[in-house]
Amino acid sequence: MQILNHANYNFLRWKWHAIALSAAVILGGLAMIATKGLPLGIDFSGGTLIVVQFEQPITEEQVRNAVDPLPGEEVVQQYGEVSERRMLIRLPQTEGAVEGNSLEQASMQVEQALAKGGLPKFTIVNRELVSAVIGRDLQLRGIYATLASLLAITIYIGIRFRFSFAVGAIVATLHDVLVTMAFLVFFGYDLSLNVVAAILTITGYSVNDTIVIFDRVRENLRSRRREPLDKIVNESVNQTLSRTIITAGTTFLSVLSIFLFGGEALRGFAFTMLVGIVSGTYSTIFIASAIAIILSAGTARRTAAAASPTDAAAGQGGKKQKRARAS
Amino acid sequence: MKDIRWRIILIAVVIGLSIWSFYPPQTKVKLGLDLKGGVHLVLRVHTDDALRVETETTVERLRDSLSRAGVQFAKADVVGPTEFRVAGIQDDSGYRSAAVDADTNYDRSSETGGYTYRMKPNIAIQLRDQTVTQALETIERRVNELGVAEPVVARYSGQDQILVQLPGVEDVRRAKEIIRSTAQLKLTLVEQGPFPSREAALQAFNNNVPSDAEILPGRQEGGGTAGTAGTVFYAVKKASAVTGRDLRNAQQSIDEFNRPAVQFTLKQDAAGRFGNFTQANIGRPMAIVLDNRVMSVATIQGRITDNGQITGINREEMIDTVITLKSGALPASMDYLEERLVGPSLGQESIRAGFISSLAGLGFVVVFMVFYYKLTGLNAVVSIITNLIILLGLMAFMGSVMTLPGIAGFILTIGMGVDSNVLIFERIKEELATARGVRAAVNAGFDRVWWTIVDTHVSSLIAALLLLQFGTSTIRGFAVTLIIGLLSNVFTAVFVSRTAFEMILNRRQPAAQTLSI
Repeated sequence: MQILNHANYNFLRWKWHAIALSAAVILGGLAMIATKGLPLGIDFSGGTLIVVQFEQPITEEQVRNAVDPLPGEEVVQQYGEVSERRMLIRLPQTEGAVEGNSLEQASMQVEQALAKGGLPKFTIVNRELVSAVIGRDLQLRGIYATLASLLAITIYIGIRFRFSFAVGAIVATLHDVLVTMAFLVFFGYDLSLNVVAAILTITGYSVNDTIVIFDRVRENLRSRRREPLDKIVNESVNQTLSRTIITAGTTFLSVLSIFLFGGEALRGFAFTMLVGIVSGTYSTIFIASAIAIILSAGTARRTAAAASPTDAAAGQGGKKQKRARAS
Repeated sequence: MKDIRWRIILIAVVIGLSIWSFYPPQTKVKLGLDLKGGVHLVLRVHTDDALRVETETTVERLRDSLSRAGVQFAKADVVGPTEFRVAGIQDDSGYRSAAVDADTNYDRSSETGGYTYRMKPNIAIQLRDQTVTQALETIERRVNELGVAEPVVARYSGQDQILVQLPGVEDVRRAKEIIRSTAQLKLTLVEQGPFPSREAALQAFNNNVPSDAEILPGRQEGGGTAGTAGTVFYAVKKASAVTGRDLRNAQQSIDEFNRPAVQFTLKQDAAGRFGNFTQANIGRPMAIVLDNRVMSVATIQGRITDNGQITGINREEMIDTVITLKSGALPASMDYLEERLVGPSLGQESIRAGFISSLAGLGFVVVFMVFYYKLTGLNAVVSIITNLIILLGLMAFMGSVMTLPGIAGFILTIGMGVDSNVLIFERIKEELATARGVRAAVNAGFDRVWWTIVDTHVSSLIAALLLLQFGTSTIRGFAVTLIIGLLSNVFTAVFVSRTAFEMILNRRQPAAQTLSI
């Protein structure tokens, strides 16, 4: 069976459209972050998160009314299925909290408020209290880890391939991180530790596809020195296209199973991975190679001039040549 | 032929060892707190406390030796945890010979008529480190007394943080109190009191409490617990005749009215001091102060040497006080920076959810691979399942903890493990198209993608390694799973899968002309 038999699409023709689309998504995300702030979960902002299991059915509204008198802005959300009767209550880090017992204070206040509010009996199934000190520490680590990962991967690709490829790969990866963040903001997911773990995994994963294509480009460059780079890149993208789509598909399917069956705790993680996988595949095909070519445009033009009069003609000619070779 | 036999044996041994290492999984695979239920705590040790004690002791000794040498000075004050100042020195050379001891641990800088001392940086670092180690050991003893199975007490990120993980603990609040209680025991004289409120106590001194005394809360005899309605206040001497360090033992006991009490005994040298102290103060009230709370006050009836009793507490307080006193005082106070509590029911559900999604993920991928690559797809299935077996085996062998994100890492390994197989299969297909024969195509397929596989795995490994630096055990669990999964995937996708291919090719003699791919 074959999904794509002898794929031959001129992806590079769409490079500017693709870049514009990506820019729109990323700028949209950045604009939302700029106006509403980065949606940091309590892992990074510090604060209190409690998941309460009620013995009787209850609505978000009832819980919200009960905890409303407390200082700060409480977030009340249904946690998991309605039938599980669980509510998530989140409070931000209280400003100027006193040292000592302050960590537990907010959680005790919530428990008291719920007990007084005439609500059904409840038990606490999950409680996370994070102080600002730890939050700041994790923030730094998150930023450091993401940057270090990008840098290390750039260096590795720079050593194994050429510099312009490394830049292409890293721009594509950065693109995936930003697109993923944008979608997290659009869909109202908080940046939790799990989500950041997923983003880091994406940096490693999304560069995989790019490496596969670049490997093929290198191989083709070796055997066909005379042809222009953009044509070789485009052909390499096509040659590896079915592999790119199949592996993205299988990874997508397995992560989808986490999203569907993995429970509430892994939902943010799975969502991040799903967006990252789609974005990674898209950026591999449209962004990474485009950047690599734009960056090596100087060399590409020079060789292209020898083969055909213009870049556009080189793309057109590529199609015919490929058919000729296949027969 | 011989070569392939050895390969099959090697693979069989690896699979066998892996299964042996994780079977039965209920006992051999360790579960993280998020699956088992329990609490994860991060404490910060206020190491400044210990430095301040060291500085205070040094000043005390300095005062002693100065007065013994007859050197005049106006004052010697502690100005910070690591800093003290001596002022108004008349005879500088006399001072310097008498105060030579203070120079061992402190840097001295001169100013008019005096000196400022700052603790040497390496001494301060060493002391801080010791303090955290002592705190760690004390917490370990307390946690063991609590009777928690498989607790974790370890240093955490930063120099002054300690991680405590208590699986399956039910009364988290009590555990937290026991861990954090500094267990600073003081036996000291009561100046005045009890007073009904702090204000009343202050008024008794005209708002001018002498510098050697302090006002502490305590409980009304026969009424409520400290900190609630029955709270009264005492003015007590700061200096203590004995401290927690002088304790030899503490045990559960009962007082004269058959109420719970804690009986403690002192070490020998402290007993001598305590004997002199009580002898000199017969008839005066003495307070037993624990963690800056007056536990009980009694009039000294006669010379007491080596034992005492803390009374007026309930049963639970008695048990907890014995635990904290026995485990020794903490060298510094601590506060909680982080707490993550997972109820056991939620953990059970997460295990079920993780199991279902793993099966679903595996199912999706298997169906797809067999549907798309037909018989060759089975090779991929074999290599994925081998990978999962090795992954589980290595995790059990290394004692790594399985967490919920770790299960996600498992599922991700299934998805990503296919990647290498697909890469190889697609390449074989391409090579087959050039009609070089099946065996040549298979060989070329594996050879050509080898470096691609190395590159993709290295880039994923880089990201996974950087995840390791997050101290939270759940994320570490994810990172470890991913790392082991990636490494064993290189083995299964290349070595195992290739062996499977060759087995198929060898069985069909003479050389096969087609491949079900």
